[in-house]
Amino acid sequence: MSWLPIMLLGVPMAGAAALLVPSRMDGPARGRLLRVHGLAVSGVTFVLALVLAVAFDYGDPARVQFETDLTWIAGLDLRFHLGVDGISLPLVVLTALLTFLCFVYLCWGGADSPGQLLRPRAGGNRPRALVFTLLVLEIGMIGTFLALDLLLFFVFFEVVLIPMYFVIAVWGGRARRAAAIKFILYTLLGSVVLLLGLLLIWAQTGTLDMVALAQAHGTGMSRSVQLIAFVAVGIGLAVKTPMWPLHTWLPDAHTEAPTVGSVLLAGVLLKMGTYGFARIAIPVLPDGAVVVAPWLGAFAVIGIIYGSLACLAQRDLKRMIAYSSIGHMGFVLLGFATLNSTGVNAALFGNVAHGLITGLLFFLAGAVKERHGTADMSALGGGMLSRLPHLGSLLTFACIASLGLPGLAGFWGEMLTLLGAFEPAPGLSRPLFLTFMAIGGLGAVLTAAYFLTMLSRVTHGRSVETVVAPVLAGVGGGHAFTTAEDDPAPSGADGSGAPTTGASGSRTEGGGGTRAVAENGDSGEIRAGSGLPGGPRAEDASDLPGGTPGEDRADLPDRTPGEGGGDLPGGTRPEGGSGLPGGARAVRAGGLHDVAGYELAAWVPLVALIVLFGLWPKALLLITDPVVRTFVGAP
Amino acid sequence: MIQSIDYYAVAAPLILALTGGLVLILDAFLPRKAYVRPMLGVITLAGVLVALGVVVTQALRDGAALRTFCVPEGLAGPTRAGLGALPAGGGPDAAAGAAAGPPCSFVVDDFTTVFAGLALLAGVVVVLLSMAELAHADIPVGEWYFLLLCTLVGAVALPAARDLVMLVVALELVSLPVFALTALRRYDGRASEAAVKLFLVSVVSTAVMLFGVSLLYGMTGTVYLDRLAHTLAEAVPAIDTAAGRVSIGSRDATQVIAQMGDQGISSAYASSLQITYDLPPVVTVAVVLVLAGFAFKVAAVPFHAWAADVYQGAPVPVAALLSVISKAAGFAGLILVLVAALGSQAPTWAPIVAIIAALTMTVGNLLALRQRHAVRLLAWSSVAQSGYILAPLGVLSGEAMRASITYLIFYAAMNLGAFTVVMLVARRNGGTEIDDYRGLVFRNPLAGLALAFFLICLAGLPPGLAGLFAKIVVFREIVDGGGAWLAVVMAVNTVIGLYYYVSWTVRIFTPVQVTSPVQVTSSARVPSGVGVTPGADGGDEPARADGEDSDGEDSDAASRRDRMRGEWLPVGVAIALTGVVAVAFSLAPQLALDLVPSSFLPG
Repeated sequence: MSWLPIMLLGVPMAGAAALLVPSRMDGPARGRLLRVHGLAVSGVTFVLALVLAVAFDYGDPARVQFETDLTWIAGLDLRFHLGVDGISLPLVVLTALLTFLCFVYLCWGGADSPGQLLRPRAGGNRPRALVFTLLVLEIGMIGTFLALDLLLFFVFFEVVLIPMYFVIAVWGGRARRAAAIKFILYTLLGSVVLLLGLLLIWAQTGTLDMVALAQAHGTGMSRSVQLIAFVAVGIGLAVKTPMWPLHTWLPDAHTEAPTVGSVLLAGVLLKMGTYGFARIAIPVLPDGAVVVAPWLGAFAVIGIIYGSLACLAQRDLKRMIAYSSIGHMGFVLLGFATLNSTGVNAALFGNVAHGLITGLLFFLAGAVKERHGTADMSALGGGMLSRLPHLGSLLTFACIASLGLPGLAGFWGEMLTLLGAFEPAPGLSRPLFLTFMAIGGLGAVLTAAYFLTMLSRVTHGRSVETVVAPVLAGVGGGHAFTTAEDDPAPSGADGSGAPTTGASGSRTEGGGGTRAVAENGDSGEIRAGSGLPGGPRAEDASDLPGGTPGEDRADLPDRTPGEGGGDLPGGTRPEGGSGLPGGARAVRAGGLHDVAGYELAAWVPLVALIVLFGLWPKALLLITDPVVRTFVGAP
Repeated sequence: MIQSIDYYAVAAPLILALTGGLVLILDAFLPRKAYVRPMLGVITLAGVLVALGVVVTQALRDGAALRTFCVPEGLAGPTRAGLGALPAGGGPDAAAGAAAGPPCSFVVDDFTTVFAGLALLAGVVVVLLSMAELAHADIPVGEWYFLLLCTLVGAVALPAARDLVMLVVALELVSLPVFALTALRRYDGRASEAAVKLFLVSVVSTAVMLFGVSLLYGMTGTVYLDRLAHTLAEAVPAIDTAAGRVSIGSRDATQVIAQMGDQGISSAYASSLQITYDLPPVVTVAVVLVLAGFAFKVAAVPFHAWAADVYQGAPVPVAALLSVISKAAGFAGLILVLVAALGSQAPTWAPIVAIIAALTMTVGNLLALRQRHAVRLLAWSSVAQSGYILAPLGVLSGEAMRASITYLIFYAAMNLGAFTVVMLVARRNGGTEIDDYRGLVFRNPLAGLALAFFLICLAGLPPGLAGLFAKIVVFREIVDGGGAWLAVVMAVNTVIGLYYYVSWTVRIFTPVQVTSPVQVTSSARVPSGVGVTPGADGGDEPARADGEDSDGEDSDAASRRDRMRGEWLPVGVAIALTGVVAVAFSLAPQLALDLVPSSFLPG
């Protein structure tokens, strides 16, 4: 019995439990405590994960280390069996890191900057509930990667559903309810099918121990049983991964989720599906895997092409990144489908790389959305590099990493996957996989195409752009925008053709967002949106339940994050003056904050790791390779 | 000939019956004072607790099962048998007969104590809810508790019944008082309607079941379940080996029953065709009729239609009683008849049960999807849950009833918990719609969290691990038994069920924004908070009007709150009790698994 895995689960659990204790503190003090609490709990967990990584015996990564094996439910043969080996270690550390970075993003500094924990918003931002939910989510995510018992794996697999549902449904964007319900129903359907597959394995072999099952390599199960079990387990995992055509929950969930939700969803939750393939489906059911692998590969390359083409058609930044996840997960699945050690290693590498890169991308997309109130690319306009040089550079970096530029982490996963497909495992049709390889290569080109198109539209280009001027009339503070939120139809909200006076009038009444065209962020010309693309903006303004646009409206004029001040482009720093007429504010709103301190703190580690794994892929491959070799039975 | 009665064995129903009589008498003779209502409740509660204590001692006691109301040794076996000669002590089952002793009508074994304990624990919760319900409603108290105790007598006696007559009598004892309980709220037309519906459905189902029972008796010439099983299994050629196994088995009656189920199933596998030829088809008719009768009791499709109206019309405690105690009694009877008596007929009934289970869960879930009334939703969801409980019985597996009982235990805790919070909300705000639960967690954090937990448990997702493990047990049984299609149907249903449980749960956490206490008008009430659909707003308004007086801080609010306090305590205790049980089942499901009769355990 080892205390480390138990602590990894116990610390977030204790942290979440502590939040249930009612406190009598007043608002601000409680907020400060909460901030520290979230940072501390996730920080300790991350440190524990680092300790795990340091204490790990790299000489023998194929051996399960830090094993804990306790009886939990004898009647179900369910054992509390945790352990770490070469393929779970990177994912455990990745999970702890991303969760910690999410808390850094949420809690750093005053924690009331845009997108942060204590940011007031209509309907209450409920910071305590958010911290609680994220900590429970962390338990589920880490537990999934630590579990070595089939049913325990399933239990942790399920633990993430409800917290993620609430993260999307409570803190999400406009269409969050539908997205959240779609997410949970889809993934639950997947996991129930997964459960049936796991129970079938259990019924046939009489054990739930993943280690023993992997060593048995499918003995004790007939070919047909393995096939059925692989299909059931595979469908369950493929929903989570997601694999085309089971992916439809993903774009909505990603688009509507708040920044941290998207980051964890893309960075960790998707990995739970692919990890299941590496941990359960392929080693435990090898005969089934051989039969299904061509299909898996076919769906994977369809996913790659489909994801890329869908990306080309997207207008929304977050949605585009979500679809790009489908493409990248296609590469990961193609890697698994080759069933050889190169391919599976590539898949595991791609897994981690995708977690880092897409995590960063969603952080950045969230930051863009916080600033502009929309992630619609045509509404964002171009020229981000000139307006927000730091943010634009980071976005460029992340996109280039994601499209697989050699030297960055995204490259190795794709390249090795294609290499693996060049010579698939014996028993698989080589011509077929060569075709997959060719299509996958085409997909890689398309990936580059859509990312470069996106960059050309957002970071480059002319900077004559439209900016939602998040103007808040009346005196700043919580009450004002609560009123604005409560009013079901702010007069200025949908009047895209309203004359200037009308718009400013509505502003002074406390109406919703108005829009202004700010040319290069300097001139004072205000037009009430008559020349603007109307659709998304009008929706933003009339968004009642106070999603992110509500925050935006509130944030820019009123608050200046103290720690982010240094990064601001000079001269456009908005003042918190409450008495300014709407017009003057709108002018100032043309200038946006560049990267703030808390954002930088959350993003820099990801950037560093992307570069590190890009330059030194061996660091990761050396750990996973021995395990993969035992799993696929390669010498 | 004097029959000796083991009074310890019948102590639990006896205590309940005596308490019932006592309550009725006290109600008649005590003055009509305010203290009488709670006092009678406390007496009832004490009676139930004492009975529960007896059941616990019986459960903890080692040794052979308690049996009473046996056929005396000197008495000959059945003289007449429809199928031909089957003397009690003759043929290959002589050894088995000797091992099991003479047939008895009342047996207290593990099976009995589990169901009796379940019924009594649920009874405690229902009594607590009743104390709140009766605190000031003009419902006759004495009659209420008397009827409640009568139902409990039936629910405790039923799992102990080992002959068909006793079984039917006990089942009627469970059902009949419930009509009256439902109708006791005389001024309420809905309650009367519910009572009539329940009465008609129940009487019809009893008639159907009695017809089946009489056919069985006519065929076999015995009403004792074990003899019935022997007689029916006799027709199966494979009986020799199976009977041999029985004789090796322990003396525990339940084990014998279980093994009989086993042997019946296994031998039936071998020769299902032969059965069809060897036994007259009327046995099949009898089996189907008995099954139909019980299907009414547990509200299985196609005999489910009464559930929603009756649950909604009845007072909340009665709805809770119907959904747990009455249902548990129905399942106890069903398992006894199907497994203990008709085990050899499994090829006849198992497919029927499987189809009924699939239909029940699907229809129940689909109907629950559209409900806006809390109790109605729980009614349909409990229909769906009946399907899950039935499902393991639908696959030909030796441990099927073990999975069913396990699920039933989990279900009882979760569903009762949900009803306790529904009761609380109904008493406090007068709100019965799902939308009235919006923001519950802010008004009353404990109740809100408890309800959310119970609902998530019912949905079967972590953190409601109790429900998850219950579902895993059932799934395992189905997958083991090879009922793949049933497993898939159940999987889909789990997802459907999740939808309405989660959308209710979300309402609990959705804040209702009241900008200032001054403007408590409908415009200010339009919640601008998280996740409010316009449709929900529309449905909200009428309910608001109903519960206006409870929300408004008016002059009568203070007196109202005083009364609330009297009600709050029992409901709070009930919530705490069910909550603790549900949490315990989530953390250590082994507790519940251990409760399930060990003779049903493998090996």
